[in-house]
Amino acid sequence: MVSSPAYDIAAALKQEGLKPSDWDEICRRLGREPNRAELGMFGVMWSEHCCYRNSRPLLSGFPTEGPRILVGPGENAGVVDLGEGHRLAFKIESHNHPSAVEPFQGAATGVGGILRDIFTMGARPIALLNALRFGPLEDSANVGLMEGVVAGIAHYGNCVGVPTVGGEVAFDPSYSGNPLVNAMALGLMETEEIVKSGAIGVGNPVVYVGSTTGRDGMGGASFASAELSADSLDDRPAVQVGDPFLEKGLIEACLEAFASGDVVAAQDMGAAGLTCSCSEMAAKGGLGVELDLDRVPAREAGMTAYEFLLSESQERMLFVVKAGREDALMQRFRRWGLQAAVVGKVLQEPIVRVLHHGAVAAEVPATALADDTPIEKHALLQEPPADLQALWSWTEQELPELSDAAAALLQLLDDPSIASKHWVYRQYDQQVLANTVVSSGAADAAVVRLRPQQGDGSMAASNRGVAATVDCPNRWVALDPERGAQAAVAEAARNLSCVGAEPLAVTDNLNFPSPETPKGFWQLAMACRGISDACCALNTPVTGGNVSLYNETKQDDGTMQPIHPTPVIGMVGCVDDISRVTGLAWQQPGDAIFLIGVPPEDGANPSLGLAGSVYQQQTLGFLAGRPPKPDLAVESAVGRLVREAIAQGLLASAHDCSDGGLAVALAESCIASDLGINVTLSTGSACLERVLFAEGGSRVIVSVKAARLPAWNQLIGSNPALCVTPLGGVTAQARLVIRSESAVELDLEVQRCAAVFRDALPRRMHSE
Amino acid sequence: MSIGVIVFPGSNCDRDVQWATEGCLGISTRRVWHEETDLSSFDAIVLPGGFSYGDYLRCGAIARFAPALQSLIDFAAKGGRVLGICNGFQVLTELGLLPGALTRNRDLHFICEDAPLKVVSQRTAWMQGYNDGALTLPIAHGEGRYQCSDETLKQLQDEDAIALSYGNNPNGSVSDIAGITNASGSVLGLMPHPERACDPATGGTDGRRMLEALLG
Repeated sequence: MVSSPAYDIAAALKQEGLKPSDWDEICRRLGREPNRAELGMFGVMWSEHCCYRNSRPLLSGFPTEGPRILVGPGENAGVVDLGEGHRLAFKIESHNHPSAVEPFQGAATGVGGILRDIFTMGARPIALLNALRFGPLEDSANVGLMEGVVAGIAHYGNCVGVPTVGGEVAFDPSYSGNPLVNAMALGLMETEEIVKSGAIGVGNPVVYVGSTTGRDGMGGASFASAELSADSLDDRPAVQVGDPFLEKGLIEACLEAFASGDVVAAQDMGAAGLTCSCSEMAAKGGLGVELDLDRVPAREAGMTAYEFLLSESQERMLFVVKAGREDALMQRFRRWGLQAAVVGKVLQEPIVRVLHHGAVAAEVPATALADDTPIEKHALLQEPPADLQALWSWTEQELPELSDAAAALLQLLDDPSIASKHWVYRQYDQQVLANTVVSSGAADAAVVRLRPQQGDGSMAASNRGVAATVDCPNRWVALDPERGAQAAVAEAARNLSCVGAEPLAVTDNLNFPSPETPKGFWQLAMACRGISDACCALNTPVTGGNVSLYNETKQDDGTMQPIHPTPVIGMVGCVDDISRVTGLAWQQPGDAIFLIGVPPEDGANPSLGLAGSVYQQQTLGFLAGRPPKPDLAVESAVGRLVREAIAQGLLASAHDCSDGGLAVALAESCIASDLGINVTLSTGSACLERVLFAEGGSRVIVSVKAARLPAWNQLIGSNPALCVTPLGGVTAQARLVIRSESAVELDLEVQRCAAVFRDALPRRMHSE
Repeated sequence: MSIGVIVFPGSNCDRDVQWATEGCLGISTRRVWHEETDLSSFDAIVLPGGFSYGDYLRCGAIARFAPALQSLIDFAAKGGRVLGICNGFQVLTELGLLPGALTRNRDLHFICEDAPLKVVSQRTAWMQGYNDGALTLPIAHGEGRYQCSDETLKQLQDEDAIALSYGNNPNGSVSDIAGITNASGSVLGLMPHPERACDPATGGTDGRRMLEALLG
């Protein structure tokens, strides 16, 4: 029945990124050999990008359930209950490989794809964040990549009308040529029912909406699951082209359609396009889908079945619609200038059947494609890799003595990973939708008010908000993936607590090198373990995410340069009262400054240290040592204290200590306020560089108005187990003065710090 | 008394304007689909920000052909108040209701930040609430560089039609121009977003007096 023209099996398997063992398995599942189009369907569905064939066993250890979790992993996005009827869909996704070869469109379509995951569920997108990694900006190729990626994100997000409210950007030579572009989206549910993707109702029409199908993005999922090399530029046709204007209409039309109740299931067409959406809908519904390619709106004539099935043209969705309602539904989409066509129907028999030119072009059991997909077995190293063990023997006593603390601080403020990201976020519309309470640069996390855009609640004032952040200390992960991943979760939770938000749930984006080397798989496995531990300890279940492997670049000499393993943690939290949201800038002279967490003079605490710190990297020129071990119990207690203090209205500012340690955090609060400080750090047994620049330690710097001090002292008195150290006070004179017991160690004009901090990126981007 | 906000495919500040005018200021507001042609029930019309029709061509070049805008020409000719914000300003210049054009920002980047502004003329109702001569409004645009010929600039000056100028000219606009009116003062176009400065929960309130002037 399905014609099976002869083709070169070995060559086709290579093209699809499949293995000979996959061929045997496909033949077994079909009971015959697949034709070329069917093989292509298996190729994308069995890629790491679609079926996590390397990482699935590791992801299964994540905590995924909790009282607030409405939808966990497996659907288009996770959904959490924010209370009072507010339900939030959120997810993160990478577009690393496309951005490496075509940064503008690669990044733009990354934003478009993650937005579709959100509104496919029936949620209106309300905010975007992104986590970016580039190689050093001393290399003009990296400058070009960053310029293109930021412009691409801005192009799509600004035009589609969703504010980009937060994110993080860091730099390391390992990302040269293989930038990371992770986009996270948040959406507020607008429909009563969360729209799921499983097909329902035999005979119901399958409706295609959105843009036309063209030859762009052919095989993008397979492409994303292979290493990059100089030849990757030839893969540019695998990168899609985005149209945010069309997506804006698609958002409006989809939400109208979902509200009408006519849509019973929805699936966006992302990676693997029609193939993935049909087989996912069929497999999840336990039913079949028949798809007639002759009815699919095509961008050009003469496309083959293979091309239709594997196209990754953007801004397309597939619906199962209540029979009889399809015409009314399609009318809604045409009003927005979008394509809409009935392209098939739901079948009783659980197969995906594809018709083309009146013949069956492919017929595959839905479960054969989507269920029990192959898993790569990798042996897990029993010992940490030898190169890391050697690095772990380094201790911070080996650092040269700090001679000029002021110069060291200025050098840290000039580090692109620490410096102001104003050059980046100035290009993003941070305010559209009129709900942004705080965005990039003003606080440790972004906060967006929960006010519906549509319907009864849209004109009512609301005090509730959602906070979001993305974090990953990749330097730590490179040295110790388990501790580094724990620290990523801990920092995300701390950032949320610093604005007064209760951390609720996580979406993770695992950006890793090839899992096919023993070290690569070990890094992935240990990072997953770290995420699991920390998410359990901090009570933030994982609701889904994305895995991006093979992030490495083939050098001209044939060796592979793997990236720092980068498990980016996207975390969301609930804000009960947006008027209490706390920023990182000092508020007024005379306010008292306190450090919560490991105190400065603690020279031995294992959760704080210089191994893997920016200071160490700058001083030595390389990373070494074993990074600190996060104390998750302390972390949890610090977060609770900060949130309680904010809820009681006690804090004038709150800012966590991360890259660059205590001194950099103090400087950032000065720069943001143009106020000075006069603080004394007792050094005890610790060396000065540790006191100023050590990272970790679950630390938050807060400032408290004089009038609130009694209540503050009472609050910390009721938490005797937590270390809270008074450091000094905020001064009107804009100087940053740090003393030890014996001397003034550092005295800098805030303006001078600010100039270095603000100019670090523009100077390197050769603009302005 | 009510106002209409024209919605084009690609508009994305239409709901924000409604939130500012109706949600924050209590002015009855209706969003008007671009295919509607009857604007007679409105006291004023707002053209909101966004990317009408994607703005893949010159910004606003396609929107000017929308049926609602053919009606808007009559509406303005009869003295109806019209406010064009950001993309709405671009549309007004394409439509010929205001002179000049908006082109790519000087540094070619989209810019989103608070812009310090100077009140150049208090001649029109739009600006009469701004007695201290200065205000701060957010800008968010990639193509906000106001351009016009020397004759047009002189005409704008002669008619006292320059309403607002930038304190720091972020985009390279001629004569620092941020917003202009027509000769009669009934039509105002500006790149900054007054609707983003009406709600103390999300920013300043310097935009309120301008939007209150929609009702005269």
